[in-house]
Amino acid sequence: MTFEIFLQHLSNAVSLGSLYALIAIGYTMVYGILRLINFAHGDIFMLGGYFAFYALTTFLMPWWVGFIVAIGLTALLGMSIEKVAYRPLRDSPKVSVLISAIGVSFLIESLGVVIFGGIQKAFPIPDLFGKVMMIGNIYIVSVNFFIPVIAFIFLVGLMYLINKTKTGMAMRALSRDHETARLMGIDVDKVIAYTFGLGSLLAAVGGIMWGMKYPQLYPLMGVMPGLKCFIAAVVGGIGNITGAVLGGLIIGILEIMTVAFLPDLTGYRDAFAFILLIIILLVKPTGLMGENLAEKV
Amino acid sequence: MLKIRDLHVNYGGIKALKGININVPDGKIITLIGGNGAGKSTTLRAAVGLVKLSGGSILYDNNDLTGIKTKDIVSKGLVLVPEGRRVFANLTIHENLVLGAYARKDKLEIERDREKVLMLFPRLKERLKQKAGTLSGGEQQMLAVGRAIMTKPKLLMMDEPSLGLAPLIVKNIFEIIQNINKLGVTILLIEQNAKAALEIADYGYVMETGNIVMEGPGRELLNNEDVKKAYLGIA
Repeated sequence: MTFEIFLQHLSNAVSLGSLYALIAIGYTMVYGILRLINFAHGDIFMLGGYFAFYALTTFLMPWWVGFIVAIGLTALLGMSIEKVAYRPLRDSPKVSVLISAIGVSFLIESLGVVIFGGIQKAFPIPDLFGKVMMIGNIYIVSVNFFIPVIAFIFLVGLMYLINKTKTGMAMRALSRDHETARLMGIDVDKVIAYTFGLGSLLAAVGGIMWGMKYPQLYPLMGVMPGLKCFIAAVVGGIGNITGAVLGGLIIGILEIMTVAFLPDLTGYRDAFAFILLIIILLVKPTGLMGENLAEKV
Repeated sequence: MLKIRDLHVNYGGIKALKGININVPDGKIITLIGGNGAGKSTTLRAAVGLVKLSGGSILYDNNDLTGIKTKDIVSKGLVLVPEGRRVFANLTIHENLVLGAYARKDKLEIERDREKVLMLFPRLKERLKQKAGTLSGGEQQMLAVGRAIMTKPKLLMMDEPSLGLAPLIVKNIFEIIQNINKLGVTILLIEQNAKAALEIADYGYVMETGNIVMEGPGRELLNNEDVKKAYLGIA
């Protein structure tokens, strides 16, 4: 294998890893605040892709308008799911909310089959993202160049929001202590809704770019990426945003590189994430960047 | 200012409060003393809407608080500093103070209150960028009180502010409570350290297993034989 081919694989790996990172953030943020694994998150990712598809094909919007509309709709949908399926169970045992999340996941998938149809749809790739580019001596499809760039821009925005704004501070406060946050006059329900909106927004960005990278959509496309990104969040240390990004990148790179260097194992490509999960749980159960949340004064 | 009338609270089948009456007049320091499990914390938590009432009413500035959300009660100036300080350990001191003023819009006054807090607690000023979790217990209590001041309280309720602190710092905390009161904030104080609380209180209530068993001016209770025996450790 030449160095050029290696770089080509690497660009592919980093772009997949960036997508995983974007989706994993949604899992980790919701878990951080509600201690809930939002099993519907992978399906929200799928919806982001479909919304963009219909915006561009049925409604013939310019691609960037369509993408923005799709991202906005997905964020609103994420917030509605929280309101309808999770908020009424806020004071119920954790397992009830978990079951509700699994229910929402099945509901979205089944509705997807009914409404969108079970047959794959070809994603209408805008020219900008479908070009073959030459950087140095390597050829890459432009979408593989744009994915990490766009993911990075969204990450910077997210970090700013979390670390510098009052809402971000409230999110971090909520991840430790809901009751005290309430005592500060924080509208806890609103902050939780924002968190779902933000996570769903990032998942939608991921879903749209996924649609352009593997140019087809189908209602169950969110299942496997959803599982892998949940694993990415756990590997990085669930509740930790930097950890989720790191976990996503690691899983994406591991997956592509193993297939590239050990083609015999191609059939097992989905298994690597799970093997990594088992290893991490054995060696460092809190994840790479995770901390023990046991502390209480 | 705050009138608690015939307040009942049940946890499951257990009666935590069995009809208590408390009056907190404007500008005073009122204390609620009693042993573990007497229902002191429950009383304060009921006032800010963290636990549901089973009966009775809580009037604040002549408005019934039943069914009002905690965040709205806090915006009205009825503020609780919870037991165990509960600072946001993963946030800096500066951020903790900002969150205290979360629901406020009056930027100029927020800045003025921040100056006031940093003047009351110069220790915090030196450590603004530090994570709250790195502070000592006493400093955390100061931050918890400072953060509560940032919510612009009219009535500040404090749950065991001296718990687990060194005697010297306890003295300091009680001085601070008096200073805050002098700034015009009414105080409702819960304490197991009955002596210190009664010394600074205008009026006190003694609680036992969900009932008020005695009440009177702070000095009077301090000299009461039963109170001495039960809570002051003087035979």
